[in-house]
Amino acid sequence: MSEIKVLTPTCTLGYGFSTEGLERGMALNPDVIAVDAGSTDPGPYYLGSGETLVSEISIKKDLRQILLAARKANIPFIVGSAGGAGAKKHVDATVKLVREVAHELKLNFRLAWIYSDIEPNIVANAIRIGNVKDFESGTELTEDQALESSVIVAQMGHEPIVEALQNGADVIIAGRACDDSVIAAFPIYKNADPGLAIHMGKILECGAFSAEPHGTDVMLGRIDDTGFVLEPGSTTRRASLTSVAAHSLYERENPFLQYGPGHSVDLTDCSFDQISEREVRVEGSKFISDDDYWVKLEGVRLSGYRSISIAGIRCPSMIKRIDQILADVKAEALAYFDSDTLKITFLVYGRDGVMQELEPKKSEISKELCLIIDVVEKEQKVAHAAAHFISGTLLHCSFPGQFNTAGNLAFPYSPSEINVGPVYEFSAYHLMKIDHATEHFKTHFEEV
Amino acid sequence: MKTVPLSSLANVIRSKNAGPFLLTFDVLFNDKDIFSQVWESNAFAAENLAKLFGISANRIKSIYAMPKGNAIKFTLQRPRTQGSIGETDMYGCQQHSPLLDLPINLK
Repeated sequence: MSEIKVLTPTCTLGYGFSTEGLERGMALNPDVIAVDAGSTDPGPYYLGSGETLVSEISIKKDLRQILLAARKANIPFIVGSAGGAGAKKHVDATVKLVREVAHELKLNFRLAWIYSDIEPNIVANAIRIGNVKDFESGTELTEDQALESSVIVAQMGHEPIVEALQNGADVIIAGRACDDSVIAAFPIYKNADPGLAIHMGKILECGAFSAEPHGTDVMLGRIDDTGFVLEPGSTTRRASLTSVAAHSLYERENPFLQYGPGHSVDLTDCSFDQISEREVRVEGSKFISDDDYWVKLEGVRLSGYRSISIAGIRCPSMIKRIDQILADVKAEALAYFDSDTLKITFLVYGRDGVMQELEPKKSEISKELCLIIDVVEKEQKVAHAAAHFISGTLLHCSFPGQFNTAGNLAFPYSPSEINVGPVYEFSAYHLMKIDHATEHFKTHFEEV
Repeated sequence: MKTVPLSSLANVIRSKNAGPFLLTFDVLFNDKDIFSQVWESNAFAAENLAKLFGISANRIKSIYAMPKGNAIKFTLQRPRTQGSIGETDMYGCQQHSPLLDLPINLK
């Protein structure tokens, strides 16, 4: 097998890259451009709402440069977890942008897109026959929870992408996919060792985050029979032993054994070598195929509507009594609205807003606080009303030790209440057994 | 023997979600020798980490040393599921600060 070169332009499609990095990277003649476009990192909202994580403006900007480069070099371009959450709406939105760019730049190619949505009743059926299990959440998924979910996606492995490549696709927009697999798919298609390919994918998928200095920029990997070499596209960055090894353990609990669709990769015997000032070589990653093919499900349900109010507090007497004041107003609001489903939360920045129960320095309080009043309720109208009731009560309340009787809160905005909109929560994060690697992942083709 | 804060020894000290239920911390060193000394100092024992964050030791799910990467990693159960009501840090990336001052006893 001759060397296969993969170029990853950035950590997430839409976050951009340096022109110098891409130019230099393309000058090294990569065989494929592959990029991850999403994650559960930004939280459940994007999966539930169908909105793309990165703006369409930014995604399109990246697409223009990348599609041009890929077509000029006549190499495949693969996007995984399109639109951020990788459900049908996100895939469709990305495909629409690809068609627009192709039209504007007069590009022609064979386009493929792969959906990863799973109907809730399919998951419910799988639960009934014992094909769904928990691995990290601490509770088993029930049929009701599956059916309550508004959207569920499964993380595909490399196989559906390989199949699209086998069917001649030049540009592949895949729904939710295991990050490593998106990058590993082309090398595996060309017979690279899957353990090496997937480990390389794991590091490459974050772009130049595995480089020094780290950034949203181009990263290159070249894989041969016994290992792979990483280097950043831009000459202003380098791959170091620390930056590469560190990236193998990023966002995972176990640095040695890492699970993916239908497989795991054992990194226990990996070696990392600084082979030049800017390049690191990795060897020894081992692919272990599972007997059954399990995929990770990600599902969300609509849990209410949110309104918030943001206000600053500068008065020391108010700050000193803030806990009691907040407890009192919360109790008043709950009594006034008399609702089982009304949820009121306060974030107190300047004290423990960021770390909350993990904050070891709670007694260190700033001279000013930023208070966020967070209300979630079944109806937006009521959430808004409750948020305003609370901010109004806090603004006008009196308390012992008060000097300023004119108002207790410094609002930066009019209106003082902001409707954030629908709130989604994760309803499923479990493993489902499927018959084969491409079951449930439907692919469509089009000549653009 | 002297005691120094971890921030004077480590190159990277970070926290991040490992999925919606786990919070994982990575401490990376540029120097193999310093990494070994820190790991052997026992500063990363479960009871010590639990005390640092004011939680019970059984909330610490795992602690790993990765000598090839001069790295130490430990993972906690997140105080709440990512994105649920009361969330303070969606990416889990701003929970690392207590580690900066973690006292390390060096020989």
